[in-house]
Amino acid sequence: MAISKEKILEDLNKEFADSIISVTAQFGDEIIFFEKEALLKIVEFLIKEPYTFTMLLDLTCVDYKGEKERFEMVYHLFSLSNKLRLRLKTRLNEANLEIDSLSPIFQNANWLEREAFDMFGVQFKGHPYLRRLFMYDGFEGHPLRKDYPLRKQQPRIRLRD
Amino acid sequence: MKGGFVTTTLNSMLGWGRKFSLFQYPFITACCGMEYMSVACAHYDLDRFGMGWTRFTPRQADMLLVVGTITHKEAPVLRTVYEQMTEPKWVVAFGACAVSGGIYDNYAVVQGIDRIIPVDVYIPGCPPRPETILNALIKLQEKIQKEGHEWRFQRKKY
Repeated sequence: MAISKEKILEDLNKEFADSIISVTAQFGDEIIFFEKEALLKIVEFLIKEPYTFTMLLDLTCVDYKGEKERFEMVYHLFSLSNKLRLRLKTRLNEANLEIDSLSPIFQNANWLEREAFDMFGVQFKGHPYLRRLFMYDGFEGHPLRKDYPLRKQQPRIRLRD
Repeated sequence: MKGGFVTTTLNSMLGWGRKFSLFQYPFITACCGMEYMSVACAHYDLDRFGMGWTRFTPRQADMLLVVGTITHKEAPVLRTVYEQMTEPKWVVAFGACAVSGGIYDNYAVVQGIDRIIPVDVYIPGCPPRPETILNALIKLQEKIQKEGHEWRFQRKKY
């Protein structure tokens, strides 16, 4: 049974009244801002019937340098039976970059989270194998952070002059 | 001088033999590979210049074609491939990325493969036209033709 977008948002607001900060819409998709502690519960709620957001389209991080809660985690969920997309967002403080891992729920979250860890240094609690995905061993820092020096390179071998 | 005449002629003959029997090892990492394919296959046909033999091990190759972006993660691999090639060997930097890093001036990309291995011919372009590549390879042949044989007594430094 297909269920309307409005009904989903209403149920979600009712269920998580105290952890959802705001619901807005941009580029044709609803954005749900929430407290990071509620992540697992919200996803587990949305994955069930009749909402069936069983597909994690994307998981990424954005660096808003200078703001108090600097990093923003973005999750795109897709419901195959309802043909709906939903965007979940939450903010992380630079002092505490821990957030629950989605890998126990979505298989593809494993590598997406490893990428976010590699590029931004987000620590995913409960991830089975949190190691750099793109950069090599011995690489220091997280290159997509805004305070990573623009042209800083870390060669693995001695370069010719 | 009789002896001098003999060595120059020998050099010239060796150069002539070498330039028409280049065995290539394509080290392809990016989109320039498409242009390489059109050059190597029937449309532009590298075999007309005696470079038709693609070797799939660097140990049998004379010419290393570095086609595409080389990242720092990949740099040790490229150097190992170069070291595995037997002398005499020549390197062609194919496309803007291999020449200078191209548009990728960032944390990941080597700013030109000449930071890792010595290069004989640079081919600019993003990607280069097949005619440019043929021109560059003919230039390389001219270079090989004129080359002396000091390399036998010298160790290439890099």
